Amino acid sequence: MSSTRENLSIKGKSLRFSQKGPNRYKIIAERVFLMIIKQLSIFVENKQGRLAEITELLHQAHVDIRALCIADTKDFGILRLIVNDPDKAEKVLKENDCTISLTNVLTIRIDDQPGGLATPMKILSDYDINVEYMYAFISKDVNSAYVILRVDDNDRAIEVLQKNGVTMVSAEEIYNM
Amino acid sequence: MGNYWNPEIECMSREDMRALQSKRLVDVVQRVYEHVPHYRAKMDAIGLKPSDIRSIDDLKKLPFTTKQDLRDTYPYGMFAVPMDDVNRIHASSGTTGKQTVVGYTANDLEIWDEVVAREITSVGGGKKDLFHVSYGYGLFTGGLGLHGGATKVGAAVIPVSTGNTKRQVQIIKDFGSTMICCTPSYALYIAETMEEMGITPDDINLKAGIFGAEPWTEEMRREIERRLGIKAYDIYGLSEIMGPGVACECSEQAGMHVAEDHFIPEIIDPDTGEVLPDGEEGELVFTCVTKEALPLIRYRTRDIARLNVEPCKCGRTSVRMCKPRGRSDDMLIIRGVNVFPSQVESVLLELGFAAPHYQLVVDRADNRDILDVLVEMDSSFFSDTVAGIEKKERQIRNMLDSVLQISASVKLVEPKSLGRTEGKSVHVIDKRKLID
Repeated sequence: MSSTRENLSIKGKSLRFSQKGPNRYKIIAERVFLMIIKQLSIFVENKQGRLAEITELLHQAHVDIRALCIADTKDFGILRLIVNDPDKAEKVLKENDCTISLTNVLTIRIDDQPGGLATPMKILSDYDINVEYMYAFISKDVNSAYVILRVDDNDRAIEVLQKNGVTMVSAEEIYNM
Repeated sequence: MGNYWNPEIECMSREDMRALQSKRLVDVVQRVYEHVPHYRAKMDAIGLKPSDIRSIDDLKKLPFTTKQDLRDTYPYGMFAVPMDDVNRIHASSGTTGKQTVVGYTANDLEIWDEVVAREITSVGGGKKDLFHVSYGYGLFTGGLGLHGGATKVGAAVIPVSTGNTKRQVQIIKDFGSTMICCTPSYALYIAETMEEMGITPDDINLKAGIFGAEPWTEEMRREIERRLGIKAYDIYGLSEIMGPGVACECSEQAGMHVAEDHFIPEIIDPDTGEVLPDGEEGELVFTCVTKEALPLIRYRTRDIARLNVEPCKCGRTSVRMCKPRGRSDDMLIIRGVNVFPSQVESVLLELGFAAPHYQLVVDRADNRDILDVLVEMDSSFFSDTVAGIEKKERQIRNMLDSVLQISASVKLVEPKSLGRTEGKSVHVIDKRKLID
């Protein structure tokens, strides 16, 4: 029965429950939905002051940044942001002519100790799930870290990570952190 | 068979048209010789008298007029009537120098309305239409030009002008606009805005649009027709000759009928000035035979096009011009190959850009021409991974290579970051000119 036992964290509380019966798929679908975090992906040309302008727009809109990472090449970069209110941030940036998209990503919570990240990576690798990119941030809770994952199959990643005891963090928890 | 505004002229036999053109040509040459010192000097310089021009066959004897002539006589030196008789002034943007100033008498404005009225009629427009004008009103001839013609056919004209696209869409929907005119790139922007607002072609009454004032491609036409649910017609014009209405497609969408009773077209070799046989591609030249305020003689448009004298299925006998393939001064020669910005545009449209904004930057390094193509990122083209974007960049590059026949480097830039003048993107920056 271990496959139907899940670790689910909502508002910081870890929940353990099991699922049986016809509602199982509905519950799985809802759970996947809860776990999907909307990341802002923004096209940024490499020119001076551009990041300052974008972050100022978010400041003006009172958008709080939870985590970020930049992928860059010599000509352009992609700024990826996790924020408290992705829809509002998207609206503000679009109005200001930014090229932007919302990307579905996952967040896991790991122990902040050697091997904390190796375990979930090994699980994903074992199940042939590709990580396109990832980035981490330390939580206010001293013993754990959060890792944002962009994988090629979110539904399956959620399933195998949870099945193997990795703690998934819900969108609500991230936005309200 | 289409609808005609002035069937007598529009379906006139070729012989009668030539006779009319000859009569009007003789008259206009006499007028400019008498009233425009600049023309008198040009004709005197080559020993040409007005009496030497007896029919349209003598047209080729006359000297050309270029934009430079208008600059040299800025602002009113080419006007053939006193200012008392001038009823309107327009001016075109001076991207590379002084503005070009053009004038119209009351009769000129009358003729302008007439030619635009013919065109609106030929694409099925009339008094029952609600005619939405999204061209800019002002010194630019687009807004007032279409406004005049639409008024003449008795349509309910909605003079929206440019800008505030959401409001434009709201007006199209709420006011029930049935026809629209604007630049083709703006038409696509309206379509995009409509989609963002959740409005579909089924929610609006638009049936046709007349688009011009910038180069566009067949791909773009299909895109506009599909996304707005309309028929899209091409209109051609330039302020020096009149403004929009010099030529326009009929319902057959098979070339633009030139209003040749007023504007006589010729195709010349841009290098030698020699008149080319019918059907050959070259630079388009117009002579305004009825204009009073600014009757330009053999004005070199710099547009590279082709004329077709075959009768059209619509019943009109007027000569048709193809969509200009580029401008002789836009045409770039890069490593010996002719490159037109419109080719880049068609590639981007092909790849799914809705309203591509791009710029060709040509430079020289180690005595070799290099071409950079800057393309404004489009949300439909964006990916959240570097590999994803680089793949798209590669797609553009590969397709450009095969269409242009020379290699170009592609750089994606942020939306609205490329320079625009009056809403048109500046498509070419040739740094070699600064070096030479």
